[in-house]
Amino acid sequence: MNDLWHQIFNFSDYGALLGLVKNSLIAGAILGLIGGLVGTFVIMRDLPFAVHGISELSFAGASGALLLGTNVMAGSLVGSVLAACAIGALGIRARDRNSIIGVLMPFGLGLGVLFLALYKGRAANKFGLLTGQIVAVDTVQLSWLTGTAAVILIALVILWRPLTFASLDPEVASARGVPVRALAPLFTIVLGLAVAISIQIVGALLVLTLLCTPAAAAMRVTASPVKAPLLSTLFATVSIVGGTLLALGSSIPISPYVTTISFAIYLVCRCIGAVRTRSTWGRREARPYASQGDARAEAPVARLAGKG
Amino acid sequence: MISLRDAALSYGERILWRDLTLDVAPGEFLAVLGPNGSGKTSLLRALLGQTPLSAGTLTIDGRPPRRGSALVGYIPQQKTLAPNTPLRSRDLVRLGIDGHRWGIGWGGPAVRRRVEELLADVGAAHYADVPVGLLSGGEQQRVRVAQALATDPRILLCDEPLLSLDLNHQRAITELLDRRRRTRDTTVVFVTHEINPILAMVDRVLYLAGGRFSVGTVSEVMTSQTLSELYGTTVDVIRTGGRIVVAGAVDGSGTPHHNGAVKEAAT
Repeated sequence: MNDLWHQIFNFSDYGALLGLVKNSLIAGAILGLIGGLVGTFVIMRDLPFAVHGISELSFAGASGALLLGTNVMAGSLVGSVLAACAIGALGIRARDRNSIIGVLMPFGLGLGVLFLALYKGRAANKFGLLTGQIVAVDTVQLSWLTGTAAVILIALVILWRPLTFASLDPEVASARGVPVRALAPLFTIVLGLAVAISIQIVGALLVLTLLCTPAAAAMRVTASPVKAPLLSTLFATVSIVGGTLLALGSSIPISPYVTTISFAIYLVCRCIGAVRTRSTWGRREARPYASQGDARAEAPVARLAGKG
Repeated sequence: MISLRDAALSYGERILWRDLTLDVAPGEFLAVLGPNGSGKTSLLRALLGQTPLSAGTLTIDGRPPRRGSALVGYIPQQKTLAPNTPLRSRDLVRLGIDGHRWGIGWGGPAVRRRVEELLADVGAAHYADVPVGLLSGGEQQRVRVAQALATDPRILLCDEPLLSLDLNHQRAITELLDRRRRTRDTTVVFVTHEINPILAMVDRVLYLAGGRFSVGTVSEVMTSQTLSELYGTTVDVIRTGGRIVVAGAVDGSGTPHHNGAVKEAAT
């Protein structure tokens, strides 16, 4: 039991190890920021399945690059953007989109497995692409990651308001002149970039832990369009940086630490959200104005009136 | 305010309506009625600048319609929003003010004050901070009215805004619209399949059916004779207790019922 514990959590020589993963920690912080912000729109637009689909093609691209001995990050970017373009071009409607993703996903994964099977290099490289790795971030990769993140951030800053409008209220957004249809493929490409840089650290199978869970958790506790992305970013950063720090001394991949923290945050937020909905937001129904209200608002008032 | 000259709209071979010449005055309340597929919503889309006419001209305030024009406010049907939609009532209204602009947009005190005003005007101030997903249908539509008025439009386009609301809320929403057009001379174009909730405030009716139309006051259009001519079959319009019931009208495909089935076009 104790052995197992030490395998999972091992903090000996921690200071020395910390120096080795400096790049990973910086990368983690950047990914937390990007994951939290992009994830907000992933939830708003109901795209978690697309995230998963893109990540498998991104994995194919990355493993292809590994096999050819070129830049893995560039490979995964190519895979991601191709997948995003395919989804953006073919899947305008939600139903089409999901079936296209369902078709692309196994193809990408299969391709990736083929490339990895042909690859004769270090086994850890192979496994890392799927389940994440911690010491793989060298300075070249970090600059790729930072550059891509900057592109994503700039795109998000420009698109933020109309994209929010189009995601949550498409009909009125379109009436107000927002190019609702053009924004969909545009965001899918931004999402593709975010997926490509995420799989370098958390792995293709677990990208959702960065691009879905933190935002879903944030939206359980706040409906403010300012607080939701901020909290989402905080949750994503805590998950990935915290996961990296915990994983440091052990021989286990980083992903279980990240996913566990991320999931725990989600559970806590769900509980808080459930309590809040019932108490704070529910209480307004007793206001006198609600007596003009409809069934949902009327029920408690009518009951009170009956007793009085 | 709105001017249509020999306007027609068709999808391929199918003509929704044509030769439509109509001027809608400022402050006028125009109800657009007709069976499903008769081109009611398409008319709204044309007014919003989303669909071009197939023939004829359309001007709004003397100019061709433009997408996203601040002159036009739009109120959609009430629909169920996901309970965890990350928007509060105030945010929905705010999107109506500047949601179409690029950038993040931090708002600022002027925007915040405007949102408060708009919400107070429709009696929605006390649920300004409630997530829209937790609002009831009637509350949601109140917020929708505030959102549509965000740009202080001269025309309000309403696409079945009362659908799935109970009678109290139907009254509350129509009173908001009526007050607005009386105090601010805002033209209201109200697409509906039920005329009764708005009977008291309608100035004119545009009835679309089977590629044809009829325009006039309620007493001119909502008669057995007019609707029978429009549908090309016998339609009975019955006035009872301040309500209008249309019997023997058509189904959604635009073809008359021959089996004597009665459909209330106006509940």
